[in-house]
Amino acid sequence: MASIEELQRIASQVRRDIVRMVHAVNSGHPGGSLGCTEFFVALYFDVMKHDPKFSMNGEGEDLFFLSNGHISPVFYSVLARSGYFDISELATFRKLNTRLQGHPTTHEHLPGIRVASGSLGQGMSVAIGAALTKKLNKDTSLVFSLHGDGELQEGQVWESMLFAPHHKVDNLICTVDYNGQQIDGPTEKVLSLGDLEAKAKAFGWDVMAIADGNNMAQVIDGLNEAKSRTGHGKPIFVIMKTAMGAGVDFMMGSHKWHGVAPNDEQLKVALGQLVEEKDY
Amino acid sequence: MALSDYTVQNEVDTRSGFGAGILALGRENPNVVALCADLIGSLKLDDFIKEFPDRFVQCGIAEANMIGIASGMTIGGKIPFATSFANFVTGRVYDQIRQSVAYSGKNVKIAASHAGLTLGEDGATHQILEDIGMMQMLPGMTVINPCDYNQTKAATIAAGRMEGPVYLRFGRPKWPNFTPADQPLEIGKAIVMNEGTDVTIFATGHLVWKALKAAQELEQQGVSIELINIHTIKPLDRAAVLKSVAKTGCAVSCEEHNYIGGLGSAIATLLSRELPAPLEQVAVNDSFGESGTPDQLLAKYGLDTPDVIAAVKRALARKK
Repeated sequence: MASIEELQRIASQVRRDIVRMVHAVNSGHPGGSLGCTEFFVALYFDVMKHDPKFSMNGEGEDLFFLSNGHISPVFYSVLARSGYFDISELATFRKLNTRLQGHPTTHEHLPGIRVASGSLGQGMSVAIGAALTKKLNKDTSLVFSLHGDGELQEGQVWESMLFAPHHKVDNLICTVDYNGQQIDGPTEKVLSLGDLEAKAKAFGWDVMAIADGNNMAQVIDGLNEAKSRTGHGKPIFVIMKTAMGAGVDFMMGSHKWHGVAPNDEQLKVALGQLVEEKDY
Repeated sequence: MALSDYTVQNEVDTRSGFGAGILALGRENPNVVALCADLIGSLKLDDFIKEFPDRFVQCGIAEANMIGIASGMTIGGKIPFATSFANFVTGRVYDQIRQSVAYSGKNVKIAASHAGLTLGEDGATHQILEDIGMMQMLPGMTVINPCDYNQTKAATIAAGRMEGPVYLRFGRPKWPNFTPADQPLEIGKAIVMNEGTDVTIFATGHLVWKALKAAQELEQQGVSIELINIHTIKPLDRAAVLKSVAKTGCAVSCEEHNYIGGLGSAIATLLSRELPAPLEQVAVNDSFGESGTPDQLLAKYGLDTPDVIAAVKRALARKK
């Protein structure tokens, strides 16, 4: 198991990857990617039992599904840095003929991706399906998923929210990146989620919170707590508060960096704030 | 077989062929699972559920979630059949099928009952006539529309045995069951029901029966009909279509679907590229349906035996 300090160093490198990737093609989604960096690093370098020698079926492995596929930069960086493919391939992000499509896809057979996502609201259903198959196969490993808070405005999510407790899908941990921002502004203004914790509880989920999703120790503790709650008849719903753009001061906390790449000058400033391990 | 050799063994709905097919598949392969959105009886899943209760997932009236769950269930090796009325497992969930099934290349079978006008009295909200179009536009999707109970059972088994996403379309009403119970069904391979020289009739789904009746009548009038059962609309059996039209020089397509986007469109695209020839379509003329009995609706919307005969005569008249 890696120490918190090691994980933080990896997170800093992942953040460098994110801003460099989106800068290189002048497109992509840095804000949400930076906000979820601790979560991804915690999952792939500590919490999940997984094998970078990727197999689609993932038997005996914990599985992860990214529902809000636009934060592909953080997903790709973490997959590469945990050994699914070479980090040099990060340089192909969003370029013609790449396996690192704008939004994650299985179509180009990138190791680590098990379903396409990008059109929002579908990932929880897919994660539930994978969890059901694990149960049928008597596979005791777990299924994790991540969802944007704005994404919860999609109706399909609430179909899934009804389904999982009813069918006691208790090998499933769904985390919401609760950064309070979406493209058109604060989620509270665009279409408020209201009391999300109360809603999830009322739907029958075992609900818990990670107060600071950009604090590595808190994320590790929170996800381990979530794991310990599995197998007790309820799916687990984790509300994880993050800051969009975390780690780069001028990007933090604003929806303006949802889908905008930094220019040359801004990249320089951003990289100045992020310690390098080894850039791709 | 000659046209007169096809006789009605019994009248039974094609969806019962699906029920029998998935039961047989379930016995053959423990990875086959079924999902439904509150329509177990309509989809004839009772026997499957009775025998394999753990391999059935009740999704409630939430089709989008059902499609996503089916996609996820393939991860780990299951072969899910996501089932409902044709309207609710295509148009309602097109984007879910597009992203989580087709683009993701998942081994999901979408089994759709109550397709087309023959749904009857429920009316246009439920009578989807666009589903073949939507499904065949999706890259990698196999689209099958079997014609009777026997062929639906065989198609269900064949769909479960192949790897990749499949749209399997069948219907509600009791319908003549006339193809041999032991007739092999190979996905993507058209079945020549009768050889002829004057005109080719390509038919799919329930309208194969109407086309057969028309062909029998036309034969009495001295017209030599080549009748081809196109159970698989995608991938279309291009070789069979071209070979037949090269011989007959004109064609008629028959389907319980809008004329845009269905079997006729697929054949028209192929012929215009490879072998331009007159093609007449027996299909719904870009409209919604309405309430009525299946027979009344097929007559009103121009999908009955006399309509096939008229289309054949138009095609023959256009032939140089």
